[in-house]
Amino acid sequence: MERFYTMWSYLVRRLLQAIFILFIITMLCFILTRLSSDPMAQYANKQGITAADREAIRKKLGLDRPMPVQYVRWLGLALQGDLGNSFFSKQPVLLMIKQRLPLTLILMGTAEIVIIIVSLALGLVAAIKQYSFTDNLITSISFIGFSMPIFFIALGCIMLFAVKFKQWGLPYLPTGADIWNPKDPVELIRHLILPVFCLVAIQTAGYSRFLRSSILEVLGLDYVRTARAKGLTERVTLYKHALRNAILPFITIIGLDIPFLLGGALVTESVFTWPGMGRLFWEYAQRGDYPVVLGVLLLTSSGVVFFTIIVDLLYTVVDPRIRLG
Amino acid sequence: MAINLDVVESPVSAVEFVRGESKAALTPSQLVWRRFRRHRMAVFGGIGAVLLLIFIIGGSIIFPESRANETDLVRRLAPPSSIHFFGTDSVGRDVFFRIIYGGQISLFIGVLAVLMSISLGTVIGGAAAYYGGWVDTILMRFTEAMLAIPSLFLLIVLAKFIGRNIGQVTIMGRTFSGSIGIVILVIGLTSWMYLARIVRANVLSLKELDYISASKALGSSDARIFFSHLVPNTLGAIIVSATLGLAGAILTEAYVSFLGLGVQQPTSTWGNMMQQAQSFLIRGAWWMWVFPSLFIIFIILCINLLGDGLRDAFDPRSSRHL
Repeated sequence: MERFYTMWSYLVRRLLQAIFILFIITMLCFILTRLSSDPMAQYANKQGITAADREAIRKKLGLDRPMPVQYVRWLGLALQGDLGNSFFSKQPVLLMIKQRLPLTLILMGTAEIVIIIVSLALGLVAAIKQYSFTDNLITSISFIGFSMPIFFIALGCIMLFAVKFKQWGLPYLPTGADIWNPKDPVELIRHLILPVFCLVAIQTAGYSRFLRSSILEVLGLDYVRTARAKGLTERVTLYKHALRNAILPFITIIGLDIPFLLGGALVTESVFTWPGMGRLFWEYAQRGDYPVVLGVLLLTSSGVVFFTIIVDLLYTVVDPRIRLG
Repeated sequence: MAINLDVVESPVSAVEFVRGESKAALTPSQLVWRRFRRHRMAVFGGIGAVLLLIFIIGGSIIFPESRANETDLVRRLAPPSSIHFFGTDSVGRDVFFRIIYGGQISLFIGVLAVLMSISLGTVIGGAAAYYGGWVDTILMRFTEAMLAIPSLFLLIVLAKFIGRNIGQVTIMGRTFSGSIGIVILVIGLTSWMYLARIVRANVLSLKELDYISASKALGSSDARIFFSHLVPNTLGAIIVSATLGLAGAILTEAYVSFLGLGVQQPTSTWGNMMQQAQSFLIRGAWWMWVFPSLFIIFIILCINLLGDGLRDAFDPRSSRHL
């Protein structure tokens, strides 16, 4: 019963904190985006628009009001689920996000699954064979991947697998610059291969290094020595005893990273012209279209804030030693 | 009764003691150096970084800056040769010399951005832990808010906010694009959050210790306690985070350049050289793209290896050296 109350008071406190954090985020983003570019700029040099017209548009968009009023109005509407309309495409922001989100989830979800599988395998092998040739090889390759800007490997892949393979008459992959139909599964998979490969190459390193060191840490603990001393096989010691504890922090960092998938991969999506959230953000940030920019920011950061609470709560279930504080 | 406390309290692990590896008690910094040396990859990283530094500094002493900005339209897009080691770019500038001078700017941006981010991280994290209460609440919620925004989104929004067209600045007879300052500011302001949390956690546990109370009783000011007692004791975390942060900052500079928000021409950085080369890659001018990329990857690799080794060296609990 006591545990039940602690959990509820903890949850309420965390939710209040989350609301405060989201308030800071929206205010920060609003100030930064609203002041950095003038949404009226697109009308400045247009033919047939007089100064009076411009003033009318300004009024209609609410840009003539003082800044705090604009913020409160935007926030009020956002709380009711209305993120406003894009200045540029004139569409509702929510609709634009709804169109882009599934494709981002497909790309990022696939990449994340591959990353988890690959880094599990690499981390495990590197830890078991610590300081062997295999370990050093895995470590070196993952450090090189970790040190590369993603556009380097992305452009390199396009040059090799799309441009050169086509020239050499080999089966080639699309660059993404063509027009394609995301509803066709074959085309979708063809277009997925390169961006997923690049994301995996860059991001596997962090996870596998992390898993390696947490396995090594657990392998040094007394209970593992006890298990070995009991005469358990190395296999049982490793998979039944060591791995179960070593994998807890690994699951936590994955859990904390998952909400960031909502934001997509801005650079990868841009290079491969993948119509996802990252590219949506980038395209409209360049135009100073702040309702779209704020909408994407609000969605991703609320995802992050609330998901963190869920991960923390789940962690107490998985590991009963952790108390809610 | 003279009990030799040195033997009991010397920070030598039992293993080292039994093996007879330690003849005398080592100071903490000697211990760090000793653990670091055993990390072969980290030593390799350190040597690589020093060599690259020698290349950049030596190169800029031997060759004048004018050679990096000299345009020669007849020899534009020339492949690597004995005259132009790394070929020439789209307006005939020598890629080799631009890498030397671009490296200077890239490293300069990296170092200043890291200095800014560790100062911010230390002061914000330290103040939050030291004062506690509402100061802690506000500072930490702000930190969490910054962390909840995907980093590239934050970077773009901030770059758009500060990024006005600043003209050129002349310092010590050399002309730089004013956008260098903006890039430093953008990277520094968006990378302090992790360190702030580490410093906060460290200071929270340190401030309960007796020597802090003693210092307070002696009448030390908050600033004195903070900078001469608390900060030195979290120095390990700060050094590690500064090293890894430097790699991160150089990488971020490349990303910022890729998005066209970076340092403007004619000042070269490795990042904007890569960005400029992209459109010529498809036309076969691979050298414009490959060389700056290799330099970026190599320096970041070296610094990351160095940082990884330092982290192990400063944190004896990590079991990699058992």
